[in-house]
Amino acid sequence: MSASVDTRKKVLWAIGILVVVLYALVPVAWLVSLSLKSPDTIGTDRSFLPSDPTFDNYSNLFTGESDFPEALRNSLLAAGGATLIAIVLAAMAAYALARLNFAGKALILSGSLAIAMFPPISIVGSLFAVWRNVGLFDTIPGLIIPYMTFSLPLAIYTLSAFYREIPWELEQAAQVDGATPWQAFTKVILPLAAPGTFTAAILVFIFAWNDFLFANTLTSTDAARTVPATLAFFTGASQFDQPIGAIAAAAVLVTIPIIIVVLIFQRRIVAGLTAGAVKG
Amino acid sequence: MAADAVTTEQEERARTPQAPRKEMTDRARAERKTAWLLCAPAVIVMLLVTGYPIVYAIVLSLQKYDLRFPDDKEFVGLQNYVDVLSSSVWWSDIFNTLVITVASVALELVLGMLIALVMHRAIFARGAVRTSVLIPYGIVTVVASFGFLYAFSTTSGFIPEWFNLTEDPFASRWDSFGVIILTEVWKTTPFMALLLLAGLALVPDELHEAAKVDGASAWQRFWRITVPLMKPAILVALLFRTLDAFRIFDTVFIQTRGANDTETVSILGYNVLINRVNLGLGSAVSILIFICVIIIAVLFTKGFGATTAQQRGEAT
Repeated sequence: MSASVDTRKKVLWAIGILVVVLYALVPVAWLVSLSLKSPDTIGTDRSFLPSDPTFDNYSNLFTGESDFPEALRNSLLAAGGATLIAIVLAAMAAYALARLNFAGKALILSGSLAIAMFPPISIVGSLFAVWRNVGLFDTIPGLIIPYMTFSLPLAIYTLSAFYREIPWELEQAAQVDGATPWQAFTKVILPLAAPGTFTAAILVFIFAWNDFLFANTLTSTDAARTVPATLAFFTGASQFDQPIGAIAAAAVLVTIPIIIVVLIFQRRIVAGLTAGAVKG
Repeated sequence: MAADAVTTEQEERARTPQAPRKEMTDRARAERKTAWLLCAPAVIVMLLVTGYPIVYAIVLSLQKYDLRFPDDKEFVGLQNYVDVLSSSVWWSDIFNTLVITVASVALELVLGMLIALVMHRAIFARGAVRTSVLIPYGIVTVVASFGFLYAFSTTSGFIPEWFNLTEDPFASRWDSFGVIILTEVWKTTPFMALLLLAGLALVPDELHEAAKVDGASAWQRFWRITVPLMKPAILVALLFRTLDAFRIFDTVFIQTRGANDTETVSILGYNVLINRVNLGLGSAVSILIFICVIIIAVLFTKGFGATTAQQRGEAT
């Protein structure tokens, strides 16, 4: 009897898990199948699966007048640059917040919490005006600056949560041996914190990679326009015709790296997300 | 005399294992200095890139300043605010934003809780579930918005095909809201689920076992044990998601651009600032959105302040 209850339970769980997996994957599968439809029929073929799969949409992205390659380059530079700078700044601040005693700690923590809640739309007008005056408009650094700023709170909270888990004794040992706090940080903490640092870097990168508001307002040409903004302004044969195939193919291409990263580092990403958010 | 001897002895004992006291305070001072040096770059960046622009936005919002007519720039006091607040567009955009915010956050909470429970209790395939829910989190919002836009389109989408829909959802206001909310829910429920999962982990199994022995059903145990103990985690998740949903921009921009009266406050701010390059009026909209966000944050922390503060205290 208890065996049959167990099987019923197992079946129920299996259904629950299947529903969750389908929930996450069906929209992705739809984008993939859309991108494989032939450019000629994509606007009228309403079936879920392509009747005659082709890679034409993909090859079109890299030939002719498509500005997708530039957009991909801009996205990589902007998100990569922001990640690099944000992680360095956040690692220093997070170490101080996790390990050192000083007045103003609470102020810094609540200040960065406030920035996590800050509405970016409130400053795009000012940034638009200032960037045009100082020559940052339509440049990669002009995007890196807001990206790293808005990802700093997430990075600081995630990293300080990781640093707190590193045993104190190691640093004390280093300090007894005559190391300064700075040496203790670079020689002892940094190597041990590498996994946490990497997680924070992934989260910052995903954040910057996802941005549309700044990319849309602070750029105007393919000199700096990132993939999300380029997708929104892709034009088809006529002005009113959205190039569905090109958008779907580009959408799949920018999604693949994220899925690979998520597949490899899922455990760490979950740890980082919850450390950064719940402990905020 | 005897007391003196005791104190010195105590001092003596305190000193021996550690460095002399004078050096300790030097050490503390050095520590404070190092701490500020380490924090300074991050603090300066955050202040410069959010503090300065918000002050500049306030200055701009008090001026008549249209980039098409830069010579007409003049100080007009609160006139821009009067113009925005007395326009019906602002209030209907506030309404639209609140509809999307309330509906999507409510759905996310229910769905997120279900997914969190599945992930928490899953006997097998935990990794597969966790990986799947992270995929919507990782996908670019613009990409997800296009995916749902084309899925619901009457000319290219499989949903009208499967369910035999003939009317274009993007031709009607409430159907458009439906697709926008669905996209938001799909994309952000995983984040909600992960936050709730972290809260679920804090609920001790023993309580459930004890209640089970006492004859409580799973439903009773959920409402009487799980929910009360998770309250702080739920509130933090709700606060973050509400603020995030209130700023909604990407999904609406891609799917409707505010057509059929689906415009949100962020889209309004964008249109006035970037399309009409009216920096004065647009900055007034920006500042008003900023004030709305502060009001929401204050409502959450005042309404449930003790619990969120407690949660934060526990964690840090």
